[in-house]
Amino acid sequence: MAALSREEINSFLDSAEGFADIAKRPVKKVPALRGKTVVNLFFEPSTRTRVSFEIAQKRLSADAVNFTASSSSTKKGETLLDTVKNIEAMAPTVLVIRHGAAGAAHFVAARTSAAVVNAGDGRHEHPTQALLDLFTMRKHKGQIEGLKVAIIGDIANSRVARSNMHALRTMGAEVAICGPGTMLPPHPEAFGVKSCARLSDALDGADVVMALRIQKERQGVATLPSDREYATFYGIGPRSLELTKPDCIVMHPGPINRGVEISSEVVDGPRSVILQQVESGVAVRMAVVYMLAGGDRE
Amino acid sequence: MKTIITGAHIVDPYSGLDGLSDIAIEDGKVAAVGAGLDRAGAEIIDAAGLHLFPGLIDVHVHLREPGQEYKETIATGTRAAAAGGVTAVCAMPNTNPVNDSASVTKYILDKASREGVCRVYPVGAITKGSKGEDLAEIGELAAAGCVAVTDDGHPVSSPLVMRRAMDYARGFGLTVISHCEDLSLAAGGVMNEGEVSTLLGLPAIPSEAEESMVARDIMLASRTGVRLHLAHLSTKGSMELLRGARAAGLNVTGETAPHYFTLTDEEVKTFDAVYKMNPPLRTAADLVAVRSALSAGVVSVIATDHAPHARDEKELEFEAAANGVIGLETSLALSLALYHEGIASLKTIVSALTMGPASALGLPGGTLKVGAPADIALVDLNEKWVVEPINFQSKADNCPFAGMTLKGRAVRTIVGGVTVYSDGKITAQNIEGAK
Repeated sequence: MAALSREEINSFLDSAEGFADIAKRPVKKVPALRGKTVVNLFFEPSTRTRVSFEIAQKRLSADAVNFTASSSSTKKGETLLDTVKNIEAMAPTVLVIRHGAAGAAHFVAARTSAAVVNAGDGRHEHPTQALLDLFTMRKHKGQIEGLKVAIIGDIANSRVARSNMHALRTMGAEVAICGPGTMLPPHPEAFGVKSCARLSDALDGADVVMALRIQKERQGVATLPSDREYATFYGIGPRSLELTKPDCIVMHPGPINRGVEISSEVVDGPRSVILQQVESGVAVRMAVVYMLAGGDRE
Repeated sequence: MKTIITGAHIVDPYSGLDGLSDIAIEDGKVAAVGAGLDRAGAEIIDAAGLHLFPGLIDVHVHLREPGQEYKETIATGTRAAAAGGVTAVCAMPNTNPVNDSASVTKYILDKASREGVCRVYPVGAITKGSKGEDLAEIGELAAAGCVAVTDDGHPVSSPLVMRRAMDYARGFGLTVISHCEDLSLAAGGVMNEGEVSTLLGLPAIPSEAEESMVARDIMLASRTGVRLHLAHLSTKGSMELLRGARAAGLNVTGETAPHYFTLTDEEVKTFDAVYKMNPPLRTAADLVAVRSALSAGVVSVIATDHAPHARDEKELEFEAAANGVIGLETSLALSLALYHEGIASLKTIVSALTMGPASALGLPGGTLKVGAPADIALVDLNEKWVVEPINFQSKADNCPFAGMTLKGRAVRTIVGGVTVYSDGKITAQNIEGAK
């Protein structure tokens, strides 16, 4: 998202509006990418992102093929470069890549003639997640510019946060981030966001609250004393929402740890748009794959 | 056999020479320096328009032999050195096996005498296998020809082991070279921690991982009285610590590498692993501090940390790629850039490439005083050339300066009176016969 302009982001979102209607039809399929091959290269475990991409590709009538491997196994076996060269030899139109290393999609894009979609690279970026988040916000708030967005959680290690910070700032939203000191990025100014130590400062007057998943699988020195303490100081519960604007929406990229970063009352409550995010995901990914495959709807 | 090089502008910071002069070489040694030397029976090398420096000494080179000959060998690494005006290299011990025993040292010296085209000074390990636990047989390493000890690539994490190593090495008159990195704080990072790492989401190493160990080792050197040399310093804070140690009169020297005064972490935005090394490229503020420490003589040594790798070890995701860049064939020109840009005097730059490293490790050479080995670099200070790693003598091409236009190049390299490199070609099979 760092490289996308406001116009480019808008064109993805506008295109996704059109594709969103397809999900409401009895026959959820258009012949837009018939005869085109899309390969989903997933080097990291993923369920929702992979399924979302696959549904998007199938609704576009593209031939979707899945390739699953572990990032670490490529260290022992085939290199990423060799994998890509092999796939390349089969002439795909689009490669969708999810990989545990930051920059993996850049690496691949520089070495293939196929269009490359970054479906998440390490802790770097997750652009389609940010686009679907913006799509959901725009649907509820009309426009992104001027919105106050609070992103709460493990910002430093989150590719979702990174892509959202870039995209929201590009679109003219105000962004406040909050989390324990061990989870805040060392240089928030690089994103032009406000870093808050206290949750109440970040939530004050927010139009959108985005809670991030707390990674339970940790390595090395822990960044948290306990999940319980996290929930106490940074968890989003009904009382947190008293500080926001009354029509504030609550988002989460999933998967959710209920009772840690967000309470069940909020997840299942009226402010939650979490399942709409998932729904938007398919439309946004249809737009991204379609536009990168060289399609032109107009 | 007598050779006289005439008409060159000689810069020898050790002897205070800085001007046009002739130099006579006899029996592989500097026989005379001055005007009107007796030319009877001498071979004359006309060096009008060129600069003449003592041969460059690079105290931080990975020759990769034994064990990793697919990356580089003593033959190719010393050829790269000769092509860069370098007449002596210190070979780091992280070979396979590690140079932690006299037999490995002897192997390196034997190979170097047969296949090397510059002087090779082996550096032994501090601990067995460079595992940071038990002291290597440092006495035997010294007796076999090691000029210093280091666990380069693997910091000595335990302060007690480092203290013992310093006390022990002092007894054999060896310098301890420290790779300063607190691995716990570095936490597996692959680039500098800063704004760029924040944007890229790559695991990052804070400067304090380097600086905290620089501070520790300066304190331990002060207590033990050992000669300490700090390898590849890269941060502003390290410059301050070294400045303090030298002002206090401690027996401490420090080196930096051309990439730290030429490039910053901004380069990592390309995710190209050619910009991956350890310590990592730092910020613009660090680069400025390194340059000013060099020009002030606080950092007295420029060394390349020449770290050749095979292409498939670098053509990987940034996090998975090997650390290190090659530098022997670009070090002189990148250092001279500081002179051309008015950042440091020519004398200071030449000193950091010659006398500085010689004095840090107590090596012969680094000067052109009468009686010194005739190790010489003839340099065209203003020749412009484009860096093309494909044409390097080194086996490797992991060079972050590829494509850059540099100014200044060695046109002839002489080791112990023997011309080993001239006009773009290696001209000797070894330095047998050199003194």
